Amino acid sequence: MKALSLAIARGLPAWRPRLNDLRGWVVPLLLLALLETLVRTGVLPSHQMPAPSQVAQTLYLLAQSGELWRHLSASLLRVGAGFVIGAALAIVIGTWVGLSRRAEAYLEPTFQALRAIPSLAWVPLLLLWLGIDETPKIVLIALGAFFPVYLALLAGIRNIDRKLVEVGQLYGLPPLTLVRRILLPAALPSLFTGLRGALSLSWMFLVAAELIAATRGLGYLLSDGRETSRPDLVIAAILLLALLGKLSDSLLKTWENRALRWRDSYQGGEGGA
Amino acid sequence: MSALLQLRNIHKAFAEVRVLDDVSLRLGAGELVSLLGPSGCGKSTLLRIAAGLDREYQGVLQLDPQLERGRGNGIGVVFQEPRLMPWLSVAQNVGFADGWIAEDKWIQQLLRDVGLQGRGNALPKQLSGGQAQRVAIARALYGKPQVLLLDEPFSAVDAFTRMKLQDLVADLAARYEIAVLLVTHDLDEAFYLSDRVLILGGTPSRLQRELAVPLARPRDRRSPQLAQLRSEGLTELYQSHAL
Repeated sequence: MKALSLAIARGLPAWRPRLNDLRGWVVPLLLLALLETLVRTGVLPSHQMPAPSQVAQTLYLLAQSGELWRHLSASLLRVGAGFVIGAALAIVIGTWVGLSRRAEAYLEPTFQALRAIPSLAWVPLLLLWLGIDETPKIVLIALGAFFPVYLALLAGIRNIDRKLVEVGQLYGLPPLTLVRRILLPAALPSLFTGLRGALSLSWMFLVAAELIAATRGLGYLLSDGRETSRPDLVIAAILLLALLGKLSDSLLKTWENRALRWRDSYQGGEGGA
Repeated sequence: MSALLQLRNIHKAFAEVRVLDDVSLRLGAGELVSLLGPSGCGKSTLLRIAAGLDREYQGVLQLDPQLERGRGNGIGVVFQEPRLMPWLSVAQNVGFADGWIAEDKWIQQLLRDVGLQGRGNALPKQLSGGQAQRVAIARALYGKPQVLLLDEPFSAVDAFTRMKLQDLVADLAARYEIAVLLVTHDLDEAFYLSDRVLILGGTPSRLQRELAVPLARPRDRRSPQLAQLRSEGLTELYQSHAL
């Protein structure tokens, strides 16, 4: 307790924040240097664990041949479409179930049961029904994105302070206006938590879908690398997935911070308490 | 004088427990009436019934037809907590009834009235408790109501802020010719502000007594007549075993 208040009272010198931003790079850079040394000195066999420099070269060659963009755009389109469709459906249905006890009574048990099915179990069925082109992949990603958003929004709506809803009733707001002006804004923090969970799941399901049947995309790059015994290709694809996942999450987080500027919640303190 | 708002023979029970037993009251135009009683006596419930927020009661709620003609239903409500929408600015909260099409000039006027000029763009989290309650008062006045229902609106702020807010409400009610029904457990507040004080008590609660406060305004909080009335009220509360 004392340490915490000290940390708050002391304040931080002006140059600290900029240095703080760089702290996250220390561990990965050290690991990369260590790995490069181990591979170059022959401690690790390079046909199994390529040196970081070799992975960088593979990425460069992919980019130069235009292959990289082909795979990236395919994956981005799939994730984008699947995520948007799944999240939009979840927002509509989540709001409806959140508002109406009757809708909840009819729909909740079904959704609970559907949720219990590991989403990857749908893959064979989707392939049988929808073939092997884009549709089953997007449906699978949408399926993965649906549940986090639906659950978070439902919980968010049910946690709204009844006192705020009462203000809406006082002004005689019709149901849809009540949703737009009070319920959705109040549930926005939960909704964003759900959206961010859904986005990371979307990337996961993208890989699953592309590993199984694809001729383009990062998942295809992964399986191609395995089939042609090229670990550098696999690692390059993994790096790209990490980069895209982080980038898309940062975008969503920026949007979240902007939309939730009004929130009055604890943001964490500097140093340990 | 015809009543703007009338409650007749209100009975109310929560799950078999009777809370209100045959309570009637009327609020005339421009009148300031307090409902005084200990906590749990059902005075807030009575106010919620008057506000139309609680429809499960027996008895009659009668509103003057001219109330219905105003925007909203001509009734403004201030709760114990400010109940501001945290995602809206102060000005947007004041104009909440009209949303996008709120009248900015009127909002600015109301913010001046409650002493918050220039704070329209602030977010509720940047306000103190007393300031937030001022915004809530401005929001209740936005619809140009003829009746203001106040549910212990000053109980969550410190004593000095409370006195200021009491004067503010009395002042605004007089300026805009608004009738006020105030629910409170504060004897000083009830007698200082009201024309009439209704004492609610017993289980289930009934109206125990009605005390008129025939003092001119502005009133002096230190006046001996006020102290006299206050002690009468206290005696009544003791006699009705409310305390």
